[in-house]
Amino acid sequence: MELLSQPVGVSHFLVVGAVLFISGVVCMAVKRNALGILMGIELVLNGANINFVAFSSPTLNRETAYVLGLDGQLISLFVIVLAAAEAAVALAITLNFYNNHATVDVDRADELKG
Amino acid sequence: MGAINWHTFFFLLYALVACGFAVACVVSTNIVRMALCLIVSLGATSGLFFLAGADFVGAMQLMIYVGGTLVLLIFGVMLTAQGPFVSMKTGGGDWIVAVMLSGCLAAILVPATFSVVAWRSPGPVALAEGHADGSGPAALLVSKEVDHGADATEASGDGISDARPKTATPIGLGLLGARVDSLNSETPAALKPGMSGYLLPFELVSMHLLVVLVGAAYLARTKRRAKR
Repeated sequence: MELLSQPVGVSHFLVVGAVLFISGVVCMAVKRNALGILMGIELVLNGANINFVAFSSPTLNRETAYVLGLDGQLISLFVIVLAAAEAAVALAITLNFYNNHATVDVDRADELKG
Repeated sequence: MGAINWHTFFFLLYALVACGFAVACVVSTNIVRMALCLIVSLGATSGLFFLAGADFVGAMQLMIYVGGTLVLLIFGVMLTAQGPFVSMKTGGGDWIVAVMLSGCLAAILVPATFSVVAWRSPGPVALAEGHADGSGPAALLVSKEVDHGADATEASGDGISDARPKTATPIGLGLLGARVDSLNSETPAALKPGMSGYLLPFELVSMHLLVVLVGAAYLARTKRRAKR
């Protein structure tokens, strides 16, 4: 097939990153379950990670001006670690909320309104 | 039918799995199904990392992200499990607005990624330059077998199929402060930009993790559960 003999460039990786990012944003916006919102955050961070890794590859980029090299991979490592830390804190907050209100529905978190 | 570029084939496989399961995570209403879709999607993302030459980051994605963070999320799902008839569905109006906004975002992002001509396809330029003078980002990230591969693969025109990335040691040394991948850059030794490693962010992230763990353990301690 014609499609399978073309080499992939950075753009294809960026499109995958964009799809993950958009689905993460929609997940954050639409879900009522607090853990669903956390999953959206994970998707967003992974979309960004795909961008970093795609630009860091010396074999995918045609021009060396665009190659991040090791910096891109180190940044994505830090993003992974920070995402884990943020997921731990968000989960602790969610569990605290569940212990106090017996629900994880974020629409029921309206005691601070107005 | 030309020869199948297996790199492209595996890229399409992992990309379709990652994107498909990410969309399934959004569409699904069951929280456990969402968690499983997310696990599969992030596993496929790790495959994409390997295809882009980031072997260490791909392995860390599987270990830390899939094997750590998502397991933590599943623990959270189990600990906050409510009755079987609790329904947390979003209204139709919210879905319509969300889909419209995501369509606008997609319409902006996807053409933007294909607008830069240099991003659309790989070329032997980056690889050849990296190996011609021994400097540049390609110097230490890809092992030397690519030299023979770049000569032999005239027909395919890219060095992806023969690259053997080895990034674990440069990453480890970079985190300790020694950037061994930019040793041969042609700036004077007194002020080499980019030679400082990532020691400070490493220490900061370590302290950050410590504080986060202590804080999360304190926040999520067991208290008396509220009456339903």
